[in-house]
Amino acid sequence: MTAKSMVLTVAHRLAILAYIVFALFPLFWLLKVSLTPNDLLYSEGVRMWPSRVSFDHFRFVVAHSDFPIFFRNSLIVAGSTAIVVTILASLSGYALSRFAFRAKYWIVALMLLTQMFPLVMLVAPIFKMLSPLGLTNSLTGLVIVYSAFNVPFATFLMQSFFDGIPKDLEEAAKIDGATQFTAFRQIILPLTLPGIAATIGFVFTAAWSELLFALMLISGNDAATFPVGLLSFVSKFSVDFGQMMAAGVLALIPACVFFFLIQRYLVQGLTAGAVKG
Amino acid sequence: MTHTSSTDMRVQPKRPLLQRLAGACEPYLYSAPSLVLIATVMLVPLALGLSYAFRDVQILNPFSGGFIGLDHFRALSQDQAFYRALRNTLWWTGASVFLQFFFGLILALLLDKPFRGRGIAQALVFLPWAVPTFLTGLNWAWLFNPVIGPLPHWLFALGLLDEPGNILSDPQLAMWGPIVANVWWGIPFFAITLLAALQAIPRDLYEAAAIDGAGPFQRFRSITLPFLAPTIAITVLLRTVWISNFADLIIVMTNGGPADRTQIVASYIFTQAFKRLDFGYASAISMVLLVLLLVYSMLIVLLRQTMLNRD
Repeated sequence: MTAKSMVLTVAHRLAILAYIVFALFPLFWLLKVSLTPNDLLYSEGVRMWPSRVSFDHFRFVVAHSDFPIFFRNSLIVAGSTAIVVTILASLSGYALSRFAFRAKYWIVALMLLTQMFPLVMLVAPIFKMLSPLGLTNSLTGLVIVYSAFNVPFATFLMQSFFDGIPKDLEEAAKIDGATQFTAFRQIILPLTLPGIAATIGFVFTAAWSELLFALMLISGNDAATFPVGLLSFVSKFSVDFGQMMAAGVLALIPACVFFFLIQRYLVQGLTAGAVKG
Repeated sequence: MTHTSSTDMRVQPKRPLLQRLAGACEPYLYSAPSLVLIATVMLVPLALGLSYAFRDVQILNPFSGGFIGLDHFRALSQDQAFYRALRNTLWWTGASVFLQFFFGLILALLLDKPFRGRGIAQALVFLPWAVPTFLTGLNWAWLFNPVIGPLPHWLFALGLLDEPGNILSDPQLAMWGPIVANVWWGIPFFAITLLAALQAIPRDLYEAAAIDGAGPFQRFRSITLPFLAPTIAITVLLRTVWISNFADLIIVMTNGGPADRTQIVASYIFTQAFKRLDFGYASAISMVLLVLLLVYSMLIVLLRQTMLNRD
C-alpha cells in the first residue's frame, strides 16, 4: 500500500466515523440524560457520562405516569394500521402488478398525487367529518385516517415485490384449473412474505411517528398516542428532563426494532413513494 | 351432427364473453378497497376543505358556517404573518434540501466503497431515519437547551454564540434549530436513494476510465454524475415538495415562534386549525399553498419538456 492510498483510507474511515458520531450523538444524549439522577442533572450538565447511573426515571415513567397507556394506544394504532394497510395494499398492488386495464394509469396517477399534496390541509375537514361519527378521540378514527394515508405508498411497495415474482407461476396454476385469486392467495402471497413483512414494518414506523393528526383528533389522555402524550407531558412538566427523556427512549424502542427488521428493504421502500421520507 | 355443432357455435361465444367480463372486472375488485378508502378519507375532505375556504367555519362559534365569498382571501392578502411564513418556507425548504442532499451525497459516496464493517456502519448512519419525527424534534430541542444540552456551551466555546443561550428563542437564529434537526433526520433518505443509484453504475466503466488515465475527479464528473443525474433530479424535486409541507419538527421545537420567525406555511395552517380552531381561514391558506405547489409541479413538467426537446 502506498503512502497516498494509506492517507486516503484513513481519511475515508474517519469520515465514516464522523457520520456515525453525528447520527448517534443525539440518541446517546437522550439515553445519558434519562440515566442521570436528578441531583447530578444540573451539576454535571455537559459531562459525557454521569458519575452515577440510575434507572429512577424509567421506573417512575413506567409505574407512575400515563405513558404505559400511551404506549399501548400507539401499539394498537400502529399495529392495526399496519395490518389493514398491508391487506389492502397487497390486493391493489397485485392488481397494478399483474393486470393491464384501462383505469390503471388513473389509479397510479391518483396514488402519486396523494403522495404529493400537503396532508396538513386535511386536518380541519377530517376533524369535521369524523366528529359527528364519534371517531374523534378514538383509536379507530386514527386507524382509518392513517390507513388511508399509507395505502398509496404501500401499494407501490407491494407492487414492486409482486413484480419480482415470475408470472409463469400463476399461469401454471391456472392451467391446472385454479382461478387467479386462488393462485394469488396460495402461490403468490406465500412467496411475497418477506415483502409483506417489510410493508408492515414501513407502515408501522410511519403510523408510530405520526403527530399532527393525532394532536388534532385526540384530546383526552385515554386515547392519546405516544407523541400526543409526550408533547402534553413536555408542556406540563417541562423541568422533569430525566422523565421526559426516559419516555423518549421508550418511544424509540419499537421504531428501532422495526428499523432493523426492514433495513434490507430500505431502498425499495424509499423509492416506492416515500411516505415518511 | 351438423345441427349440434351449429348450436355449439351459437352457445360458445357466450361463455368467453362472461369470462371476459369477469376478467375485466377483476383488477377493479382488487383495487376497490384501497380506492374507496383513499376517496373517502382524502378526496372528500379535500373537496370539503376547498369549500371551507369560502365559508366562515369556526369550531368555537356555533353560529358560523355561512358563505362569506372571498373574505378569507382578502384577509390573507393583508396578513403579514402569512407573507413571513411564505418567506420562511423558502428558507426552510432551500436550506434543508440543500444540506440534506449535500451531506447525503457525500455519505453515499463514502459507503459505495467496500470496506470491513460496512453493513454495521450503514445501519448506524441510517438509524436517524427510523427515529419518529416528534422525538427528533424534542431530542434536538433538548440538545439546544442550555440547561440540559451541550450544544449552546460548545457553540459558545467555539465563539459562534456570544453567550450559551438557547438559539430556539433567538429570533435571528431560531430557524437553524429545526433545519439542523431536519438535516440530521433527512440525510439517510438521500444517502439511501443515491447509494442505490451509485451501485447500479457498471464497475468496468471506472476501470476503463482509469486505464485511459482519468483521475478520480474526472471519473466522478464524467461517469458518476451523469449516471446519478436522473435520481438526483427526481429525489430533489420530490423532496422539495415534501419538506416544504413538513411541519412536525417546527411544531414540536418552536411552534412557529419566537414571534413567527420559524412559522412556515404548513405549520401556520396547522396553528390556525389546531390552536385557533378557525377551519375556514386554515382552509383558505391551504388552498393558496395547493395552488403554489401546483404551479411548482407545472414548472417542473415544463422544464422536463424543454430538456427533452433540446436533446
